[in-house]
Amino acid sequence: MNPQTPSPPPAKLPLSLAANPKLSSWLKFSAQGQVTVTPGKVEIGQGIVTALAQIAADELDVDISRLQMVRASTATSPNEGVTSGSLSVQQSGRALRHVCAEVRQIFLGLASERLGVGIDALAIEDGTISGPGNVRTSYWELAGDIRLDRDATPDATAKLATRRAQAGNSIQRIDIPDKVFARPRFIHDCALPGMLHGRVLRPVNSRAKLTELSEERTRAIAGLVAVVRDGSFAGVVSETEHGAEAALAGLRKGATWSDGEPLPDESDLSAFLKTQPSELTIIDDRTPSAAHAKTRTIRRQYSRPYIAHASIAPSCAMAQWNGDRVHVWTHSQGVYLLRADLALVLRLAVENITVEHMEGAGCYGHNAADDVALDAVLLAKAAGGRPVRVMWSREDEMSHAPFGAAMAIEIEAGLDAEGEVVDWRHSVWSNGHAARPGRAAQPALLAAFELANPFPRMISSDPPQANGGGADRNSVPLYDFPSWRIESHRLKTMPVRTSALRTLGAQGNVFAIESFLDEIAAERHEDPVAFRLRHLRDERAKDVIRAAAKRAKWRPDKQRGVGHGIGFARYKNTGAYCAAVAEIEGEKDIRVRKLTLAVDVGEAINPDGVINQIEGGAIQATSWVLKERVRFDRQRITSTNWTDYPILRFSEVPEVEVEVIQRAELDPVGAGEAAHGPVTAAIANAVFDCLGVRVRDLPITRDSLIAAMELGS
Amino acid sequence: MPSVRFRLNGAEMDVDADPDRSLLDILRGPLGMTGPHFGCGAGECGACNVIIGDRAVAACDTPLWSVADKDITTPEGLGTAERPHPLQRAFIAEQALQCGYCVSGILMSAAALLMRNPAPSGQEVKQALDANLCRCGSHNRMVRAVLRAADEMAAR
Repeated sequence: MNPQTPSPPPAKLPLSLAANPKLSSWLKFSAQGQVTVTPGKVEIGQGIVTALAQIAADELDVDISRLQMVRASTATSPNEGVTSGSLSVQQSGRALRHVCAEVRQIFLGLASERLGVGIDALAIEDGTISGPGNVRTSYWELAGDIRLDRDATPDATAKLATRRAQAGNSIQRIDIPDKVFARPRFIHDCALPGMLHGRVLRPVNSRAKLTELSEERTRAIAGLVAVVRDGSFAGVVSETEHGAEAALAGLRKGATWSDGEPLPDESDLSAFLKTQPSELTIIDDRTPSAAHAKTRTIRRQYSRPYIAHASIAPSCAMAQWNGDRVHVWTHSQGVYLLRADLALVLRLAVENITVEHMEGAGCYGHNAADDVALDAVLLAKAAGGRPVRVMWSREDEMSHAPFGAAMAIEIEAGLDAEGEVVDWRHSVWSNGHAARPGRAAQPALLAAFELANPFPRMISSDPPQANGGGADRNSVPLYDFPSWRIESHRLKTMPVRTSALRTLGAQGNVFAIESFLDEIAAERHEDPVAFRLRHLRDERAKDVIRAAAKRAKWRPDKQRGVGHGIGFARYKNTGAYCAAVAEIEGEKDIRVRKLTLAVDVGEAINPDGVINQIEGGAIQATSWVLKERVRFDRQRITSTNWTDYPILRFSEVPEVEVEVIQRAELDPVGAGEAAHGPVTAAIANAVFDCLGVRVRDLPITRDSLIAAMELGS
Repeated sequence: MPSVRFRLNGAEMDVDADPDRSLLDILRGPLGMTGPHFGCGAGECGACNVIIGDRAVAACDTPLWSVADKDITTPEGLGTAERPHPLQRAFIAEQALQCGYCVSGILMSAAALLMRNPAPSGQEVKQALDANLCRCGSHNRMVRAVLRAADEMAAR
């Protein structure tokens, strides 16, 4: 390009589309009146496939029933990385909207030629293109003459928000009928012809090595096809699921293990986190524009424990070898990323591996979905070309899958004579919050660490700040304090395996910031809602706080045994705005009676889908706050069942009310992780309102209340 | 091997299998019924609930011998898209799930409740579903759906 003639900056393609610009990788039309849509994001119970169908139907002007939404596969879908971070509507949705807008124009162009009518005079209704004088054609008629194997161009323009018929409506999710009528849809329920069943033997003690394995008790079990062993990785393949379980039980009896590696002291996680070797990153540093007279400093420490993903279904996968090619069926959140790691472990070209998505239970982040896929691939090697389905046990799911990382957070605020914040320091100590596959030169899959020729155990890292960060997610306050310093200490050891759990570090950081703010406001005898509003400049932030407060009739009259609290955050500081008001009852135990939330996700494509996500997030966060904590002794994880790792039950679930602030003119962002931080803080603040006790170590249980009371007295 | 007879979704069954095997194992294995889902294998989550007589029970925790001569309903026996049970219609209307893995067991608990108590209160629905775990947080929608189904059944 000639440097003398500057051209306007080129319009940009949406991120996912720039990475996968070929139009045909997203859409195909059939002469029979169908549109095949192949997004790279996957259904994990969040309703994304329906939201994407709404977007495509709108932009193409076809009835949604004409869309065939295809599950992601490395064989047929664009590479959209991982389905995480509440980015699917944002990334896949924008890409698909752009593709559909461009394809619509291409069809209109050809229709105009054929019909001899200007493009502007044409209209599309359910795929039929018509113009003045009753001329008509259709996508289906023209499909054969349209070539979509060309790259998207930046200048396609989508419809105005006001002209969209589908987006903004709460249509029913397309995956729900199968699930309600018990039709096989989950990977656990889909048997391939000739399929065998596999089970993997995992140690009880953390990272114990398999020193001896007697197969004697296993050989006699009916249906046994193979016993597989490679180092500390061992498993069985059987004709039946029952046989696989029995063979595994036999194998367990014949196994001798080393002692394993010690785990930290569960009773003082903050001390453990703060004394490990770590890497310091300055996340943000704001220096004051004017000198402020600091008269005193207050410092508080908060923590949250390791939290399990604890899906209701144990992780499951299927694999089938054909010569040196392998096909994998998985509920992984990233088919391409899993493929990359499988290629590393198998030392195989990625072209030899096909990874196809099938639905599993909700995963809430990086659980064992990817691990079990490698297990299936390794066991299927011994299956003589037959497919093998592997499922983990409940115990393995609760002890060997990665956990959400424990966090210690220290906040220090300098206050002036009026009790106003003049400086702020926020420090986080935590393992990294991400060890997903496909991102490094080494694999992140469990069995890869167990092989005779093992790969090194991956130590979790944190996503870059530009992607919302990890342990530091939401650590930078949105409040207008004149100066601050935000730092993150990422541990370089990892005795407890951690990776992405919904919100990464945001839940811990928002809990800490919003608890501390509440404390400062209380000291000033200032209403916590007013205090927040006074320190925010962003009107969308203020709107969700005002909406939640109004709906909850803030501030309700003081009643004995009842407390109210508020929490607010904008997820990742760039995503959805959410404010929550909690009403709790507190005597011996804390019961959350009601949560009132307001959320702003920009354009809400499927408002009921947004509400469903916010309700679910609020209830899950309540469960984290009141109940959840991974338990362990110095040798092993001990919370391996639902008795030792309880989650919130129907009788304990609060009423949840959600207000969606619809902003159809603004780009949509995800809703799946917006509620956790605000709800956590709102409950903690309501506990203080009710009992006058600040619980700074999660979960808030009878024990932690007693501990906090003792500390306070 | 001794055989165990029972009625499954209205059809007579005669199963030749070790009577100590779990009902879930028999249903999902030789009988090919994937409606009841495996969740924990210890009767702690309710994902595998089926109805035996008029009670919802965890099939993973139920030995085959104990269902001799009993009436068993699995999620497959509740209704179909063509002839849905009011609960199924209500779960769709309320969009009462996220991932849906726990739903088949929850439908069983709810259906058993409505057999015994056709007009439950919200509190009674919560009690009836208390042994079922849901991790996505769809509880309130599910309770609403059960109440809606009860209303619909009462109106007929």
